[in-house]
Amino acid sequence: MIRLALWILGGILLGGIVHLATVLVLPRTATQDAYLRLTPLTPVNAVAPLPVPTPDTAVLPFMDPAFAVAVCRYDLSETPLKLTAPVSQAYTSVSFYTRFGVAYYAINDRAAGRRVIELELMTAAQRSRLPEDEEVTAADRLIVESPTLTGLVVLRALSPEPGSMPLARGVLAAAQCRPNPQEG
Amino acid sequence: MQSLLGSFFTFVLAAALGLGATWLSLNRGTAFGAVAIGAWTAWPKTGTTDIDPYARALVARTGRLPVGSGDGVAFEARVDDNGKTFDGRCDVVVSGTTPPARFWTLTLYDPDGRLLANSVNRYGFTSQEIVRRADGTFEVVIAPRARAGNWLPTGGVDRYMLVLRLYDTPVGVGTRTGRDAPMPAIARGACP
Repeated sequence: MIRLALWILGGILLGGIVHLATVLVLPRTATQDAYLRLTPLTPVNAVAPLPVPTPDTAVLPFMDPAFAVAVCRYDLSETPLKLTAPVSQAYTSVSFYTRFGVAYYAINDRAAGRRVIELELMTAAQRSRLPEDEEVTAADRLIVESPTLTGLVVLRALSPEPGSMPLARGVLAAAQCRPNPQEG
Repeated sequence: MQSLLGSFFTFVLAAALGLGATWLSLNRGTAFGAVAIGAWTAWPKTGTTDIDPYARALVARTGRLPVGSGDGVAFEARVDDNGKTFDGRCDVVVSGTTPPARFWTLTLYDPDGRLLANSVNRYGFTSQEIVRRADGTFEVVIAPRARAGNWLPTGGVDRYMLVLRLYDTPVGVGTRTGRDAPMPAIARGACP
């Protein structure tokens, strides 16, 4: 009887380990995460518009149908990137996600405070290679540090009513995401 | 022989418990960092790098991209104020006010995050589209058949959920109660 209780206790403890291990490993083994779903639809280091979601076709689940969406799937292994996005009349935001879908930075048009949102995206290593004086003089440069080499930049422009969707999509069509090589 | 059987039993039990707990946490959701106001729940930390491991797993498994905290916050509701699960054949009335935000959107999804198919291709409202009363409050009727005023069609589905997204809002990780964020009431109307 005691022996059976011990086997059960062992099973429960081991079950807890299995549970924690699977939860932690899951993001790295998922085959349907946002990055992989977007891979066939988006080029690397360029802005690509996503189709407006409908009940039958949506690239990702839980997309907000009131927004025009464009994605820059990035790879920083060669050079940092420069991202420019004009803002729409209503509301525009730029969100940064790691390869595994963690939202590590997001900014909206009002916080950016300009007619065009301009950001530089780089890894921590690339940032540390920036000349120091440049960092001081360029106080108005917005630098975003990516925790992973690859990831997603998602640009969203609100269409406050269905009729303004073409306008919102047009704003995002002018957005750019391009390699921004470091000197030296 | 007995120890062989015993360890086999232990391993099977461990696999069942461990995988079962993982499956449950991914399908039922967890309470870590949840902000519950009335029938609405948000997980503001899911839009930050402080996202907990369960939410990370859920994000990766479902392929969704959470709303970043610099962008806004998303509140979900699967039940009305009396705890009744939404049924697409019934009427549900969402009324009152929303927390301060530059814009908000209210959208209907099935439990897997797909928009609800309907004959008028209307999947939600934005704060700009909604018709308000003189005092600024509003009422949205979610019903299978057309209604006057702010109507969101369910398409007659069995189960659905509501997502209220606030954009450019002070509501977020620091929000605790309905006083910081007055959420609209959700009441059940007529039901066949």
